[in-house]
Amino acid sequence: MTSRSDAALTHIAQRCDVEAKPKDRPILLTGNHAVAWAARLARPKVVPVYPITPQTPVLEKITEFQAEGNFEAEIITPESEHSVMSACIPASLAGVRVFTATASQGLLLMHELLHYAAGARAPIVMANVNRTVASPWAFWPDQTDSLSQRDTGWIQFYVETAQEALDTVIQAFRIAEHVRLPALVNLDAFYVSHSLEPVSVPAQAVVDAYLPPFAPEHRLDTAHVESWGNVVSQDMFYRHRQDIEAAMGRVPGLAAEADREWAEHTGRSHGVIECYRCDGAATVVVGMGSMCGTARDAVDAMRDEGLAVGLLKVRLFRPLPVQALRTALADARDIVVLDRNHSPGHGGVLHQELRSALYGLPESPRIHGLLAGVGGVSVSPERIAAFVRQALGHPALVESVWAR
Amino acid sequence: MHTIPISTDRHEEPLLCSGHAACPGCVEPLSVRHILDVLGPDTMAVVPPSCMAIIAGPQPFSSLRIPVYQPTLEASAAAASGLRRALDVQGKRETQVIVLAGDGGTYDIGFQCLSSAAERNEDMIYFCLDNEGYMNTGAQKSSSTPHFARTGSTPAGKTSRKKNLSEIMAAHGVPYVATASVGHLADLKRKVAKAKAMRGMRIITLLIPCLDGWGLADDGGLTAARYAVECGAFPLFEIEDGQRYTLNHEPRTRPVADYLALQRRYRHLSASDTLILQAEIDDGWARLQRRVASSDPAQPIPAAA
Repeated sequence: MTSRSDAALTHIAQRCDVEAKPKDRPILLTGNHAVAWAARLARPKVVPVYPITPQTPVLEKITEFQAEGNFEAEIITPESEHSVMSACIPASLAGVRVFTATASQGLLLMHELLHYAAGARAPIVMANVNRTVASPWAFWPDQTDSLSQRDTGWIQFYVETAQEALDTVIQAFRIAEHVRLPALVNLDAFYVSHSLEPVSVPAQAVVDAYLPPFAPEHRLDTAHVESWGNVVSQDMFYRHRQDIEAAMGRVPGLAAEADREWAEHTGRSHGVIECYRCDGAATVVVGMGSMCGTARDAVDAMRDEGLAVGLLKVRLFRPLPVQALRTALADARDIVVLDRNHSPGHGGVLHQELRSALYGLPESPRIHGLLAGVGGVSVSPERIAAFVRQALGHPALVESVWAR
Repeated sequence: MHTIPISTDRHEEPLLCSGHAACPGCVEPLSVRHILDVLGPDTMAVVPPSCMAIIAGPQPFSSLRIPVYQPTLEASAAAASGLRRALDVQGKRETQVIVLAGDGGTYDIGFQCLSSAAERNEDMIYFCLDNEGYMNTGAQKSSSTPHFARTGSTPAGKTSRKKNLSEIMAAHGVPYVATASVGHLADLKRKVAKAKAMRGMRIITLLIPCLDGWGLADDGGLTAARYAVECGAFPLFEIEDGQRYTLNHEPRTRPVADYLALQRRYRHLSASDTLILQAEIDDGWARLQRRVASSDPAQPIPAAA
């Protein structure tokens, strides 16, 4: 695949090339603890939170920070995730920064409030540890929990590493508060949430310079009486949804900008989407989250064999950066989508999203959808290479195909 | 969000304005006007779906001259907790956060988060505007609907008794639990002022006779409110720190039959069922008296009726 010269898309489609900044000495952190560090650095004022496997270490680290005197926030520990999100929304509308974290069933219990938060234009940032959805009970990495919330009006990121989790939570506050929409940062259970890796934790001054205090013009305040939630007319509701869509439309550009500026501060950039070894690639593997790390190894191995294969990581899933995807994948002949999720009757969510996003390209690529890794089954680099070889020998099916 | 100029003189311009959307003759706006008159303008209200949300008015209008946040039906106490903490962290500790919820949003769907907020002793005044059913949806039963009352979902009369919310909330050990009625206005205003001076979770349940849902005469709201107290169906009392009980209106001066006769929802009631209801109210009254007596070591504990 040839690289595109469109400068405006460079930041969206590629990781930023920036000179390496002097880095803090990395420390060993799990994805969960990296999220807790990001929350600490972002200085939220209210943190309602409820424990759920595998998110619990986020909660425990934050309460530990507070006990040490390093986290100046009101922490609320209600009886359910439903009440967590119910508390988050008016706290945000009262004009303070709000953070929380959850997983799986907890996210689903919040479902009604996820819509409510977006409708209230409350820029809450929430980390979600992607875990299988019951029943039956299971605790494995699977992104069906958050992907089933894609229509709630939340910005959604999917991260590959603990470092990316830390960086993305901080970036998410900046983007969310800019467009006044809530943002969800998703990390895979265990592969990211519980794996230790070296993580650079930026200095507080770096984050303070990057993330201005949250000071919304409109807020719940007895000195300046405004309200939220009144019954509205059809016309008001229609216009409100248009406003939300317009705000969503600004997110890909703002996310690219937020990522570029983060790179200026820290030397790290992740892109809105990331193209890995896509130059001249006739075949592109597309995925989200931790499986992209595995896919990198598969791509390297196939490149060593002379196969023109690349990886495209979708980091921003909502709003889906359609233009960036159409540009990045315009010259691919085969696209192999790896879905670690399952929408019964529909297949893989990312598969169907990509089919929609790429519809009508002049040289339509064949889009092969693989339900790989559903329920947390292990997907090795060798299997990904085998998926690619198999896909190349077959026409693309409309349906997603089970593959392991 | 919409903006309303704030009144600096609440006596000239009540915090609940005229022109609101309540049914003619309803005592709910009357109750809330007096509540807000005591609390003053440095107050924020959490109002879930309920009659009060209708009374507050559709966008861009509002009958309330204070900030209002309307949460989902089941989330009032959780939402008020989030709002409270966000104000605290900004140093606005003097601002009162209140909830104005119905009995459906309190006894039923909102009960889980109310219990949790009470356990955490969140700093708010929770007003339950109790009209003993889902009146906003056309009068269906809630767990606050009394025994034998007819509703849209209990056409033959409710087969179970009313949930004792105040006792349950008192069992959380919160600073203040009270019942009140606009039919006994001085007592209501004294309780709101008392709650205002306290911190932590304060819960006041007001009986709001529903003209339509109970089948009352158009001018019968206040009479029903008074009869409910006088017959002991809705006794006025306070519970401090979950254990100190005070009865605010005694003795009882009416049989429950007087109260039932005002209401179409009991029109089907047989004489024997009326006796059962009277016996249940007698039991409740006696239990309350025992609680009061055990709060005061100087008084003997009366035997069970």
